[in-house]
Amino acid sequence: MFKKIFLYSLITNFFFTKKIFAAESGGMPQLDPEFWISQIFWLVLTFGVLYSVLSKLILPKISANLELRKSQIQENIEAAEKQRESSEAKLKEFNEIILKSKIEAKNIFKDAREKVIKKINSKKEILDKQIDDEIKKAEVEIDTLRQSAPEKINKIAVVTSTEILKKLIGAEINNSSISAIVDDLVKKNGDKYYGH
Amino acid sequence: MTQFEVYRIGPEIKVGAFDISFTNASLFMVISSLAILIIFNLGSKKNSILPNKIQLLSELSYSFVSKMISDTAGSKAKPYFSFIFSLFMFVLFCNMFGMIPYTFTVTSHIIVTFILAAFIFIGVTVIGFIKHGFGYLKLFVPSGVPIVLLPLIVVIEIISYLSRPISLSVRLFANMMAGHTMMKVFGGFVVSLGIVGGWLPLSFSVALTGLEILVAFLQAYVFAILTCIYLNDALNLHH
Repeated sequence: MFKKIFLYSLITNFFFTKKIFAAESGGMPQLDPEFWISQIFWLVLTFGVLYSVLSKLILPKISANLELRKSQIQENIEAAEKQRESSEAKLKEFNEIILKSKIEAKNIFKDAREKVIKKINSKKEILDKQIDDEIKKAEVEIDTLRQSAPEKINKIAVVTSTEILKKLIGAEINNSSISAIVDDLVKKNGDKYYGH
Repeated sequence: MTQFEVYRIGPEIKVGAFDISFTNASLFMVISSLAILIIFNLGSKKNSILPNKIQLLSELSYSFVSKMISDTAGSKAKPYFSFIFSLFMFVLFCNMFGMIPYTFTVTSHIIVTFILAAFIFIGVTVIGFIKHGFGYLKLFVPSGVPIVLLPLIVVIEIISYLSRPISLSVRLFANMMAGHTMMKVFGGFVVSLGIVGGWLPLSFSVALTGLEILVAFLQAYVFAILTCIYLNDALNLHH
């Protein structure tokens, strides 16, 4: 069915088409010289105006704009590069300073430590000496005490013995006889008592 | 072919025997030029580091044409930058305005493209003779050709050199005209095949519109780059 309609429209329209093209026959208008001079004149005029305005006013501006942008961008890039370099140099400087100060701090610390150690050592020595002295003194004292101790003990023994005897017997006994006994005892058992 | 017809707008203006009346062709030349001037004026007005859209457009086209010239004709072609830029933009805008329905395509007329091409041809020849004197004629004598073949080669070279304006103008004119005619034909098919069969040519028409926009750009580019190549021959003579 569509085929029929298609064919029908083709056939009917064929005549219309013929009419349309027939109305326009007359060759190419391009080859008709009637308006050639006019076209040349207006072409020269418009193109001349276009060329002169573009070349004198507009294109130099665009070119200047482009140049300006280029140079501006170049300048910015250069400035950024410079700043980067300077910042790098500064960073280096900063690192050096930090390194230096670190070494300095280390040195100071070392010095201080050495000083302190020296001080401590000297004080220690003094203290050691003092301690030694005191120990020696104390030893001497102890020695003297130890040497005097048996006598004292003997005395105490004699006195207590006389006292005890006095209380027990009620008579006073000669000191010399008691001390003789004590001496005798000491001689016998002295080692046991004083731990020599 | 009504789309190619030139007709008078306003009164008939005559200078001597010449009819220079304002026509629809003149109208679209003026519109194209004005559009170029407005766009590039807006694009060059403010200079911000981050360009806005129109500034970006104008600067991109500036560097595009600038690169095209330096690539094909070298640094010596710098003084001719404005001319080639104007030429490229003029042809491009005329082609593009022609793509709008019911407009007139200025570049689809052989006389317009021929005048442009002839001007380029004469200009390039004059530049060549100014730069190199009669040494410019060496262009027709390629180096490294056997002497026996030389007369033939020289004749061929001269013919090819003289046919430059014709080939340049006919290339642009024929491309524009053929494209528009083809679109017209497919448009006619859409009408004649009606609602049933018209969809196929319609889709062709849509595709052709894309193609024609490409061709419009490409032909402007080709026109400009050939100008650069001819200029290169005139400036740096090394054939």
